[in-house]
Amino acid sequence: MRTLQAADIIIPLSEKIKYALTHVDEHALALLKNAEAKERAPLCKWALGQIVENDELAAAENAYACQDCGQAVLFVSVGQDLHIEGNLTDALNEAVRLGYGTARKSVADPLTRRNTHTNTPAVLHYDVVAGDSLTVGYLAKGAGSENMSRVYMLTPSKGIDGIVNSAVECVRLAGSSPCPPVLLGIGIGGTMDVCARLSKKALLFTDAPKRDDERALEERILREVNATGIGAQGFGGEITALATYVMTAPTHIGMLPVAVTVQCHSDRKFIANF
Amino acid sequence: MSSQTIRNFTLPLSEQEIVSLKCGDVVRISGTVYTARDAAHKRFVQALEKGEPLPIALQNAAIYYCGPTPTVQGEIIGSCGPTTSSRMDDYAPKLLESGVKVMIGKGKRSPAVNEAIKKHRAIYLAAIGGAGALYKHKVTSCECIAYEDLGCEAVHKLYIKDVELLVATDSHGESCLK
Repeated sequence: MRTLQAADIIIPLSEKIKYALTHVDEHALALLKNAEAKERAPLCKWALGQIVENDELAAAENAYACQDCGQAVLFVSVGQDLHIEGNLTDALNEAVRLGYGTARKSVADPLTRRNTHTNTPAVLHYDVVAGDSLTVGYLAKGAGSENMSRVYMLTPSKGIDGIVNSAVECVRLAGSSPCPPVLLGIGIGGTMDVCARLSKKALLFTDAPKRDDERALEERILREVNATGIGAQGFGGEITALATYVMTAPTHIGMLPVAVTVQCHSDRKFIANF
Repeated sequence: MSSQTIRNFTLPLSEQEIVSLKCGDVVRISGTVYTARDAAHKRFVQALEKGEPLPIALQNAAIYYCGPTPTVQGEIIGSCGPTTSSRMDDYAPKLLESGVKVMIGKGKRSPAVNEAIKKHRAIYLAAIGGAGALYKHKVTSCECIAYEDLGCEAVHKLYIKDVELLVATDSHGESCLK
């Protein structure tokens, strides 16, 4: 059985968080550049140009791409054959605390609104998986976009059209507020909590294998969301979403839960293996 | 957006300048703005309701909805893009009534705010959300002037230079955000 010291992940993980906060995900940046080239509405083209300039400047200067460095959402997959010495949760939170060293501290008690001043605790999701590795997926979740995320408890009769309409309604109601162009994570199935969790996971594990009907659904949602005409920053244009990612789980015969996580264009994330 | 179509303005804006600006115009703004987010707005409004003095003069003021990342050594300010304006919608009419003329943020406003903008001949300008690293270079001075205990939500006096912004709600109450 492989043994891992929890304390050994702290420094490497914190370095990766620092890097992610100043370097927008490569794929998202490529989608933004493509959107700038394709967009025909002048105001949105201008906005996309400013965003691309910002992201390149942030990377060149190691500056925070956005002042909202988000709440840290971590998906942690622990191999069942791995033995971890020390407290893993404490180590993950310590990595977040260090990784957010000079970043803005955006985590507060929900009732007193007192800031924790460390950007911890992180939002932690644990999975037990086969093997002996430890995988940590990180997503910086800003409030502007997260406030626009929604859960829809549909009935099965609503079907595929209902799923698409929910995603489109979510984006339409969000309008200019979540910093479009957005990325959409769409969790379908399970229970209310499971679909919400899947909608985050979908944004992070974008290379996960997909069925043909899941891919077709992603494409249809992207097409219909972009037909809303909201455009970059809500200035009225053709590109409201850069990408859509669907993830599904079996659900009860009487349910069709759908969660939509709205992620801003400042897509800061990584997956690390230990 | 060709450079010829962008007009330059220095804050504070005159009434004539405000009225001349139309929804969808892109303007280049320089001058003094005050940062304030939810927590500072709450204190402003509480002070106004109690008739207590405010730490800044609201007459003709420009408010920037922004909570920057902390300033590190050798820098004027950290990343400093706009935050979502709708969270300030409950407070904005009271501030407009007290003389605020310019609000800078991101995202659409409530009908009540757009109506108050029209009533008080003010203006709402949209900055690009998620462009904090870009705006960092447009701030030539930064001073914390009130509510330091609020951390990133404290009120800072910034001098901004040549920031390109979109007129999102004009003084006629017209809005062009989706």
